[in-house]
Amino acid sequence: MIISEAWFDDPLVRPYAVTGGRTRSTTLGLDLITLVVATRSAAEATHLDPEYAQILQVCQQPISVVEVAAKIKLPLQVVKVVLSDLITQHLMIFRSANPANEAPSQHILQAVLDGIRRL
Amino acid sequence: MASEDSDRLSTAVKIVVAGGFGVGKTTMVGSVSEVPPLRTEELITEASTTVDDLAGIETKQTTTVALDFGRITISGDLILYLFGTPGQHRFWFMWDELAHGALGAVVLADTRRLDTCFPAVDFFERRGLPFIVAVNCFENAHRYGADELRGALDLDPHIPVLLCDARDRSSTKQVLTTLMHHVMAETRMAPTH
Repeated sequence: MIISEAWFDDPLVRPYAVTGGRTRSTTLGLDLITLVVATRSAAEATHLDPEYAQILQVCQQPISVVEVAAKIKLPLQVVKVVLSDLITQHLMIFRSANPANEAPSQHILQAVLDGIRRL
Repeated sequence: MASEDSDRLSTAVKIVVAGGFGVGKTTMVGSVSEVPPLRTEELITEASTTVDDLAGIETKQTTTVALDFGRITISGDLILYLFGTPGQHRFWFMWDELAHGALGAVVLADTRRLDTCFPAVDFFERRGLPFIVAVNCFENAHRYGADELRGALDLDPHIPVLLCDARDRSSTKQVLTTLMHHVMAETRMAPTH
């Protein structure tokens, strides 16, 4: 997880340097719209690398994985790996979207329809 | 170990807006989103679709695919995300992730280039994801009736087709309510497991 400042110059290498080269295998099934929220403030987690601290910071309120990626301007896959690490370290909790093989309940569909009508 | 803790977190759902390049997907998302459309990028390499270890990435061809999305807070515990699909078809694998678990999809069509929405129609038909077709009425484009377009797209009779203006909030609202009615009808008919 230790990355040297020298890496920061290279836009291609850097994102995966953040994750130590890991991509898909370690992401706890995080989806685009999995919601995450930090359980600690960045100030309480001073041991973290800068990217990790930054992500913890933007997750002080519940936020989706894809929004974290948009805010931090790192590729999605990288953000998923960092979030998984933070979850595994109990610095973050998450809630997966409805499993894809499970049809959304009529209750949720109705709520979405009502919400769109109210726009 | 990592826990999936839910009490502090809402539920999120998503709708996909698909269609050819430049058909107005991001415009449609932006017309109803509570935030200006957000963009995230994914780095794509030849290796990234098949291999976990990206060591040596610098030797492989790398490109980025942009993903635009918006958000609508439905209630305190329910958030709706709207995702525009990447226009280029070589990013099909992104479509898979987008469609995964989606409530349904809007295929946005442009009558001047109707063929650009065929791949999206095929994709959602094959995946069994409920979808409707919304025809973005560009100025200077010939106006077709919904039935004419249904014929041109060879759609099943039960799939709603409507005309819209992707820039207009109330028009997009109508598209999304039409989609939700369709999704609810399809869900009711689907066999329960």
